[in-house]
Amino acid sequence: MLRLPSFKYLQPRTLKEAVAMKADAGPEGMYVAGGTDLYPNMKRRHQEPRTVISLMGLKELRKLDGWTVGTCLTLSELSDVPTFRQSHRAVAHAAELVSTPLLRNMGTLGGNLCLDTRCNYYDQTYEWRKAIDFCMKKDGHICWVAPSSPRCWAVSSSDVAPVAVAIGAEFRLVGPQGERVVPAGRFYHNDGINYLTKQPDEILVEVRLPAPDGWDAVYHKLRRRGSFDFPVLGVAAWVKWEPGNGNRETGRVAEARIVLGGVASWPQEIPEAAAALRGCELGDDAIARAAAAAYRPAKPLDNTDFDLSWRKQMTRVHVTRALEELRGRR
Amino acid sequence: MARAKKAADGPTALRVVGKALRKVDATAKVLGVTKFADDLSLPRMLYCKLLRSPHPHARIVRIDATRALALPGVKAVLTGKDLPIPFGILPVSQDEHALALDKARFVGDPVAGVAAVSEEVATAALDLIAVEYEPLRPIKDHLDAVEHPEPRIHDYGDHGNLHKLINLEFGDVEAGFAAADVVREDLLFFEGNTHLPMEQHAALADWSPDGKLTLWSSTQTPHYVHRALAKVLELAPARVRVIATTNGGAFGGKSDPFSHEIVVAKLAMLTGRPVKITLTREEVFYCHRGRHPTLMWVKTGVKQDGAITAMHFKSLLDGGGYGSYGVASTYYTGALQTVTHHVPRYKFQGARAFTNKPPCGPKRGHGTPQPRFALEVHFDKIAEQLGIDPADFRLKHLVPPHSLTANWLRVGSMGLAECIRKVVAGSGWNEKYRKLPYGRGVGLACSSYITGAGLPIYWNAMPHSGVQLKCDRGGGVTVFCGSTEIGQGSDSVLAIIVAEVLGLDPFDIAVVSADTDLTPVDLGSYSSRVTLMTGNAAIQAAERARDLIARHAAPKLEAPVERITFAGRRVFDAASPERGISFAEAVQLAEAAAGTVGTVGSYTPAAGAGKYRGAGVGPSPAYSYSACVALVDVDPATGIVQVPKIWIAHDVGRSINAAAVMGQIEGSIYMGLGEALMEEMAYRGNRNVVHKIPSLLEYKSPTTLEMCDVVTYVVEDPDPNGPFGAKECGQGPLLPVPPAVANAVYDAVGVRIDEVPITPEKVFKALRRKEKGEEPRFGPLGFPDLPWPEPIRVAPPWEGGDGRAVEGGKGREKAVEVTAGRRR
Repeated sequence: MLRLPSFKYLQPRTLKEAVAMKADAGPEGMYVAGGTDLYPNMKRRHQEPRTVISLMGLKELRKLDGWTVGTCLTLSELSDVPTFRQSHRAVAHAAELVSTPLLRNMGTLGGNLCLDTRCNYYDQTYEWRKAIDFCMKKDGHICWVAPSSPRCWAVSSSDVAPVAVAIGAEFRLVGPQGERVVPAGRFYHNDGINYLTKQPDEILVEVRLPAPDGWDAVYHKLRRRGSFDFPVLGVAAWVKWEPGNGNRETGRVAEARIVLGGVASWPQEIPEAAAALRGCELGDDAIARAAAAAYRPAKPLDNTDFDLSWRKQMTRVHVTRALEELRGRR
Repeated sequence: MARAKKAADGPTALRVVGKALRKVDATAKVLGVTKFADDLSLPRMLYCKLLRSPHPHARIVRIDATRALALPGVKAVLTGKDLPIPFGILPVSQDEHALALDKARFVGDPVAGVAAVSEEVATAALDLIAVEYEPLRPIKDHLDAVEHPEPRIHDYGDHGNLHKLINLEFGDVEAGFAAADVVREDLLFFEGNTHLPMEQHAALADWSPDGKLTLWSSTQTPHYVHRALAKVLELAPARVRVIATTNGGAFGGKSDPFSHEIVVAKLAMLTGRPVKITLTREEVFYCHRGRHPTLMWVKTGVKQDGAITAMHFKSLLDGGGYGSYGVASTYYTGALQTVTHHVPRYKFQGARAFTNKPPCGPKRGHGTPQPRFALEVHFDKIAEQLGIDPADFRLKHLVPPHSLTANWLRVGSMGLAECIRKVVAGSGWNEKYRKLPYGRGVGLACSSYITGAGLPIYWNAMPHSGVQLKCDRGGGVTVFCGSTEIGQGSDSVLAIIVAEVLGLDPFDIAVVSADTDLTPVDLGSYSSRVTLMTGNAAIQAAERARDLIARHAAPKLEAPVERITFAGRRVFDAASPERGISFAEAVQLAEAAAGTVGTVGSYTPAAGAGKYRGAGVGPSPAYSYSACVALVDVDPATGIVQVPKIWIAHDVGRSINAAAVMGQIEGSIYMGLGEALMEEMAYRGNRNVVHKIPSLLEYKSPTTLEMCDVVTYVVEDPDPNGPFGAKECGQGPLLPVPPAVANAVYDAVGVRIDEVPITPEKVFKALRRKEKGEEPRFGPLGFPDLPWPEPIRVAPPWEGGDGRAVEGGKGREKAVEVTAGRRR
């Protein structure tokens, strides 16, 4: 069988202790939460930490406080809170679409937001990768997806990240230099290797969601099977309605954000698509313009399931369907 | 045959057979108590890992294991020269070595084996083995093999990189086409896919100081593994014991002797310690032996009423790096076209290519799902062209029961008409076909499969299955048989049949199976042969025991022996049932009078009717039949196909265990659905021909969410050759699923997908073509010219033939063919 290499496992009780343990372990130390991403990667020798520091014993990472969510809540816990399902249904829905029930019982919100980028030249065993002489993301020098490219094109495959970016969530990070808060949109890089702005010794502690007020969001996921699979396309769509008289909204879009998952190394915001919606009602024409705008910059490559030209075509279909769902919910 | 009478007794005479019973081993499995090969552990056991080639096609120049041997904890390293004797499942393709001898033939081909004190040490040692390769041009698929006869992957085969070329003609097909009202040609492709058993292969070897080798392995064919071990290790068969552990699924993927089995055996002999290996999921993909990717061309002539005048079928199989069962697989792509609908004249040309990929072999349906897909889609198109409803088309011109086909297959019971009627009525076909809204459709397909191959894999005149039965004076009965439990319920079949004959409860019967030291030979769990063959052997052994016991019970019961009856754990006088004794007492009487009560039974299929070269593949004691209707939803915007429901009817002859029959049928639907919609052995031809997705996550197989609702109709048309009339049900019901889905997609959105899997991309492209006014189809565009040999011409039975070739078939005198050219 495929074995985990030997490693030291630490269980800090406080954030401070966790940060100190990481400082002691140095570059060969890594944090782990649910382990559903890291451990399979370790079996394939993608990450080879000597010391693994569990965050699951840190109480402040395990709580839900208003619209502030601890990152070590499991995806099952997150999608099971009834009030949360109502207030942030797009977030709960995205969490619920990750992998299988078994993995959602282990995997956490923070783990999904920090999910390693994926590529079917990379997500293979050491022995397999040897047969292609490795790739630049691990042990090699070339990106087989785009051999002339100077950078890695592994794909952002998180379901929750596009939603977090679309709704404008903020992330609180704690590290040896103290703490900072970054907007979700600035947490990611479009680079398959350096895909996070988070430093390895920083801990993603909590996610601050916007109050559920005057906006709506949906998440659509395209994948081969109704369970288990990573997205080959995720569409997160957020709209803020124009305020009208009293508590009523006008029906017109004041602001919008369309964010695609599974098509780039980061959750890719499509400002052109949002611009097509601004000031409009969500009519068929506006939706078609937004879908066309999203279709153009989406550049899936041949490194996930399905044929890339079909995946690109599907951007148009799924952006349309996501916006139609938003319209239908009004 | 004696067994034929059994079938005629009728269901009322049966007490156990035909009921829906729990499998005899089910509780232990459900509770996680069953010991699979990887659960075994012996004192001082070592762990084995295999070093595999990172090149698809390369000469091995040099191997240096010095550094690996120096690693603390490493006990032995083997390379090809330690095991130089070739092996292979078929006598005609002994082309494998336990470890590559001079050449590696695919990425993943085993090159060296390590035994160490832990898996971690063994894994670390792999990196310390230095192998110098001289890469050769890889052959990436069947078309590449046709274009590039050089460099040759093997130094044998019919032509360049074409392993096998077959050309058979039964009657003058050109004359048949000339007599037709409509002649239609179609090209279709069936992508390769793999078995995906839940249990990865594992094996444990132990070498006793007394010079005896024991191998426990998750294998479907302990007898063939026994033979391969004896050959390669140069041990007397009497010194080798193979025990097939309960298989956690197999589906044909565990029916070859494998490298890892031989390597752990040799390592155990070298180190004097037990050695175990458990393959990773990725390694299971490299063992493969799954469905051959198959390109097919079919041409059929029909009269206006749908009667076939002639058929010509060509197939080209992508075989991978070794022979495996491939020659048989190739024949099977041409063998069973004739057993559903009457084909008066038939021509088959089949070819198998060697390519630098894991070897293909037998997967559930072995070589027949591909042509059946082609044929049933082709028939759907013909029916449309003739303006006949596809269900009506298929009800006409069925092969009559108890008849011969053009290629000399002897059909027995034939319940296909009943199967078609069941699914047509059950699915509401007449209200749905061509009447559902755009995007929703129904499709129908039929099929047939063998109930056991008529010939053994190696030439011999001995039985295919043997059973020994021991009756204990305490009333216990133990049945010993070489058949292998792979989850299909073969142990239960033995228990049920013995219980039926001796009037016992199946759960009272002890079953000892698949142990070459303890059990008589059964050839293995493949070709849907076990229920029929071990079943018949078990009936014979049990009837002999019953007759023996009855003879000695009769005087005590003061009744004539013909009236002695066995039921409810009692032996009694049928005329006055209260006059009886317990089964245990009856055994005691027999044992006191005649000594230890033990009997044997065995089964050998009757000789096939065909006497030509190649006639060895296709004959079977009985053919099962299936008909299937699939309901699909196609999203025209995406091309995504969903299958909400399938209706299937299967002619099983007679159910031995009604619950297991339903389970096998539903399991076949599930596997067929995966092949129809998503499963694909994909390789990167431009990147060293690596397997693109060797993992359970990325090799897409349906989850429970994709599984459709299934309505199953079990049709019981007892076959005179089957035990109590039983035929197979474990493979045949898979066959109609892919074509039924393809035909339903056409009904739903009007595009033909002449290729499985039917993925969204293909449907989407075909829909685009339809919008542009192009041919609304996705599928292959051509069939290459191949250097076919002169045809072997055989006259069909109705043209005065005797089953022999009238011309061609040079080399007939050579010790032939495939599943071992035993000519009768």
